[in-house]
Amino acid sequence: MNGAINSIDYGQLFAITIPETILEVVSLLILIVDLGLLRRSSRTVRMASACLLGVAASAAAAVWLLGHSQVASLAGDALVVTPLVAAAQIGILLLTALVLLLSLKAEFTRNPGEFVAIVLLATTGMLLVTAARDLLVIFVALELLSLSLYVLTAFAKSSAQSAEAALKYYLFGGMSAALMLFGFSYLYGLTGTTNLSSMTYPLSGESMPLAVVALVLVAAGLGFKVAAVPFHLWAPDTYQGAPAPVTALIASGSKVASFALLVAITDGMIAPPSSETGNGLWIVLLLAMAAGSIVLGNLAALVQTSVRRLLAYSAIAHAGYMLLGIAAHTGQSAAAVLYYALTYALTTVGAFGVIGIVERNTGSDRLDAFAGLSRRNPPLAGTMLLYLLSLAGIPPLVGFWAKFNLFAAVLRAATASHWALPLVAAALAASAVSLYYYLQVLKRIYVLKPVNESPMQVSFVELTVLVLIALAVALLGIFPGALSGWIPLG
Amino acid sequence: MLAYTIYLSFAGALVLAMWPRAWAKSARVFALMIALAGLGVALAGFIAARGQGSVAVADASWVPALGIHYTLQADGISRVLVLLTGLAAVAGILFSWYIGTREGDRANEFFAFFLALIGGVYGVFLSVDLFLLFVFYEIAIVPKYFLIAIWGSTRREYGAMKLALYSFAGSAMVLIGLLAAYAVAGSHTMNLYELAKFPFPVSFQMWVFPLVFTGFAILAGMWPFHTWAPTGHVAAPTAASMLLAGVVMKLGAYGCLRVAMTLFPHGLDPWGFSFLGIDSWRTVFALFAVIGIVYGAVVALVQNDFKFVIGYSSVSHMGLVLLGLLTLTQIGIDGAVLQMFSHGVLAGLMFAIVGRIVYERTHTRDLGALSKLQLGKAMPFAAWLFVIAGMASMGLPGFSGFVAEVQVLIGAWKAFPWFAIVAGVGIVVGVAYTWRAMQRAFFSDMAVVDAEGVADPVPEYEPVTWAEKAGVILLAGTSLLIGLFPRLLLDEIIPAVQALPHALLTGGR
Repeated sequence: MNGAINSIDYGQLFAITIPETILEVVSLLILIVDLGLLRRSSRTVRMASACLLGVAASAAAAVWLLGHSQVASLAGDALVVTPLVAAAQIGILLLTALVLLLSLKAEFTRNPGEFVAIVLLATTGMLLVTAARDLLVIFVALELLSLSLYVLTAFAKSSAQSAEAALKYYLFGGMSAALMLFGFSYLYGLTGTTNLSSMTYPLSGESMPLAVVALVLVAAGLGFKVAAVPFHLWAPDTYQGAPAPVTALIASGSKVASFALLVAITDGMIAPPSSETGNGLWIVLLLAMAAGSIVLGNLAALVQTSVRRLLAYSAIAHAGYMLLGIAAHTGQSAAAVLYYALTYALTTVGAFGVIGIVERNTGSDRLDAFAGLSRRNPPLAGTMLLYLLSLAGIPPLVGFWAKFNLFAAVLRAATASHWALPLVAAALAASAVSLYYYLQVLKRIYVLKPVNESPMQVSFVELTVLVLIALAVALLGIFPGALSGWIPLG
Repeated sequence: MLAYTIYLSFAGALVLAMWPRAWAKSARVFALMIALAGLGVALAGFIAARGQGSVAVADASWVPALGIHYTLQADGISRVLVLLTGLAAVAGILFSWYIGTREGDRANEFFAFFLALIGGVYGVFLSVDLFLLFVFYEIAIVPKYFLIAIWGSTRREYGAMKLALYSFAGSAMVLIGLLAAYAVAGSHTMNLYELAKFPFPVSFQMWVFPLVFTGFAILAGMWPFHTWAPTGHVAAPTAASMLLAGVVMKLGAYGCLRVAMTLFPHGLDPWGFSFLGIDSWRTVFALFAVIGIVYGAVVALVQNDFKFVIGYSSVSHMGLVLLGLLTLTQIGIDGAVLQMFSHGVLAGLMFAIVGRIVYERTHTRDLGALSKLQLGKAMPFAAWLFVIAGMASMGLPGFSGFVAEVQVLIGAWKAFPWFAIVAGVGIVVGVAYTWRAMQRAFFSDMAVVDAEGVADPVPEYEPVTWAEKAGVILLAGTSLLIGLFPRLLLDEIIPAVQALPHALLTGGR
C-alpha cells in the first residue's frame, strides 16, 4: 500500500477530484460571504444566498462530471472513476442541490453559512465514499460524511429533540465506525493490503476464522450507514429529531453513497471466480441483514403515528430490498441497486420537503397534522400522493420500475440462484404490507377532514421543486429507459 | 383505434385532476363526454374488427434492454370486455350525476379517480405485454381505494383498505410468478404469446400456476378470498360498486384466463396422486368456484342489507365464471366470457337501482324497512326494472344471463358432472334470493297500519331523473339485446377461445 500512496501523481489527483475541490472551495467561500459580507443582513437573505451558492457549487460539480466522462484510477485504485461511480456522484450532487433548494426558507438555524458549508462538506464525503477503493480512503471519507451529518443533525440548537437525535446518531455512529476500523485492521492483517482490488485473492484462498470476525465487523459498520437491521436503532430517532432538510440529506445522498460503497466492497470481498470461503459468509451476512430489515422495517412502520418515524422504518425496509441486490453481486444487480437508491433518494427528498412544509404550518409531523391536506393545499397533496405511491411501488411511478428492475436482476443472477426466489417473494409480500402504512398517510391527506381549513403556506421555489420532483417520479416511471444512457439497465 | 379508449380516459383523468375547484359542477359533464367517447371508440373498434380474430392495436419498443414492449392487441375476448368497460363507465357516470350538485362533493377529484380506474381497466384488457398488463392492473387499485374511502358509506375506510390490501396482495403474488417466468425463460421478452411458447418445466408450472391464478382470482372474488367483495361493494358509492362488480372483478377472471392459464397450462395437469378425489389444481380451483357459487347464494338468501344481497350474488356469479374457465372446454370458456359480460351489465344495473334510485330516496337499504314503504306503488319504474334485472340475473331465457349460464353448465357437465349438479343447485338458490329481495323490497305491501286500521298512504318520492333512467335503460337494454341475439358477442368470443393455446383446451390430460 505504501508504495502506491507514496508515489501518488498529484496532477492526476487534482484532475480526478475537481468536483470535490469545487465543493470545498465554495463551502469556504460561503463562510466568507456569510460571516463577512452579509453579517448585517437579515437571516432570510443570508440563508437564501448561502443555499444558492451551495446549489451553484453542486450544479458546477455535476456539470463538470457530465462533461468529463472518464475512466481513471489513482494510486493503484485508491480512487476510481467509472461510469457507474460518475452516475452515483451526479445523482448525489443533484440530491444535495434539491435539499438546499428546499431549505431556502428553513428557520431552524441562526447560522446559515455554517449550515450550508457543512452540507457541502458532507457532500464531498459522499462523493469520496463513492469513488474510494482503498480501506483507508474509505474510512476517512466515511468519517468526513458521518461527522458532518452528526453536526447537521444537532443544528436546530433551540430544539432539545435535535440535540438528542444527534447524540444518539453520534454514539451509534462512533461505535460502528470503531468496529469497522477494527474490521479493516484485521482485513489488512490478513491480506497485507488495504486495496480492495488486490485484496480479493488472498481472502478467498483459505478458510480463516479471523476473516469471519473481520467481515462481521465491517458488516456492522456498513449496516449502520444504510440503517439495516440490527444496526438500525438510530434511524427512527434521528429521522424524527433532525431538521427536515438534514433528514432528507441523511435519507438520500448519504444512502446513495453508502450503497455505492457496499457495491464496491462486495466486489472486493468476492473474487470473480467465486469461491466458497470468506465470500459465502459475506453473502450470508448481507442476506440476514436484508431479511431482517424487510420484515422489521415494514412491520414497525405499520404502528407509527409520526410520519418521520414511519418513513424511517420504511427506509429500513427499502434498504433491505437493496441489500438483496448487493448480495446478488452481478453487474446488472449493482446497476439496479444504484438505480433504486437514486430514485428512492429522489422520492424521499420530496417527501421530507412536504413534511418540512407541513411542520412549519402545523408544528407537528404526526399523522393527524396531514389531515385534509388535499383541501388545504391541493398541489402539495398531489406531490405527496405521487411520492408515497412511488415508495409503495405502484406503477407507473418510478418506485415500481426500480423494484421490478432490481428483483428481475436478482432473479436472473446465477450467483443468487439458491436464495433469490424465496427472498424476492418475501420482499414482494412485504411490499404489499407496506401499502397499508403509506395509505395511512394518504388517507389523512385525502379522506379525512382538516381540523383547520386555512390554506397551507408554501413558497414558490419550494412548490416548484416539489412539483419537478413529482414530475420526475412520474415520467421516469413511464419512460424508464430515459436514464439508460446514464445507468445501464438490464 | 382501441388504444384511444386508454388515452382518452387517462387524459380525462389528468384534466379533471387539475380542474379548478370553482368549476366542480361542470366536471360531470366533461367526464360523461370522455366516457361516451370511450364507449364510442370501443363500439367502433368492436364493429370494425368483427370476424377478424386478433387485431394489433399498438406496438412500440418501451424498455428494449429488458425486452419490454408497449404492445396492445385485441382478440374477441378483449373486444367484448372493452365494450363492457365502456358501458360500465358511461352508466357509472350517469349514476354519479348527483356528484357536483352539492357543496363539498369534490366532484372533480371523484371523476378524476373514476376515469383513472377506467383507463387502467381498458389497459388490462388490451395489453399483451405482461409488464404492461401488470402496470395497468395496479393502476386500477389506488383509485378504487380513494373512491370508496372518500365518497363511500357504511364502514367505508375499512372496506376501502380491505379491498386495497387484498388487491395488492393478489398482485404481489402475480408479480412473483411473472418475474419468475421472465427469469426462467431467459429474460428476453415479456410478450404473453412469446413467453407462452417457452416450454416451462412442468414442476415449475405446478407451483407458479396456482400462485398466479390465486393472485388474479382474489380480485375475481374466488372463495375463500372473496371477503373483500361484499364489504367493498357495500361501502362503495354507487358508481364505484357498479365498477367493482361490473368490470374490476372481471379483471381478475380475465387475468386467470389470459395470464395464468395461457402461460402455465400444465399447471392444470393431474398431480399424479389423488387426495379425497382431488387430483389437480384444476379440481382444487373448480371446487373453490363451486363452493363460491353455493356459499354466495346461500349467504345472499339471509342478508337484510339490500346491497349485501347483491354483493354476495356477485361472489356467486363470479364463481360460475371461474367454473366455466376451469372446464377447459370450448363451450365452458365461451360461457364464462359471456357470463363476465352479462354479470358486468346486470350487477351494475342492480347496484344502480338499489344504491342510487332506492337508497337516495328512502335512505335505507334494510329489507325489513323497505318492505313497509310500498315501493312497488311508490316507485313503479325502479320496481319493474329491478324485476327485469332480477329475472335476467337468475338466468331466465331471453336475457344474457341464461345464454351464459347454460353454456357454463354444459361445459361443467362434461368436465366435472358432480360440480355441475351442485352449481345447478346454487343457481336455484339464486332464484330464491332474488325473489326474496324483490318481494320484500318492492312488493310486500305491508303498509304500516295505525290504531284505527288506516294504512299509511303510499309515500311520495322525487321522480327518477333523466340520468338515472338513461343509465338503467342502457344496461337493461344491453342485457336484453344480448339475451335475444347472443351471436352478437359469441361470434367474437368463440373464435377467440378456439385460438387459445392448444395446451389449454386439452389441459388436464
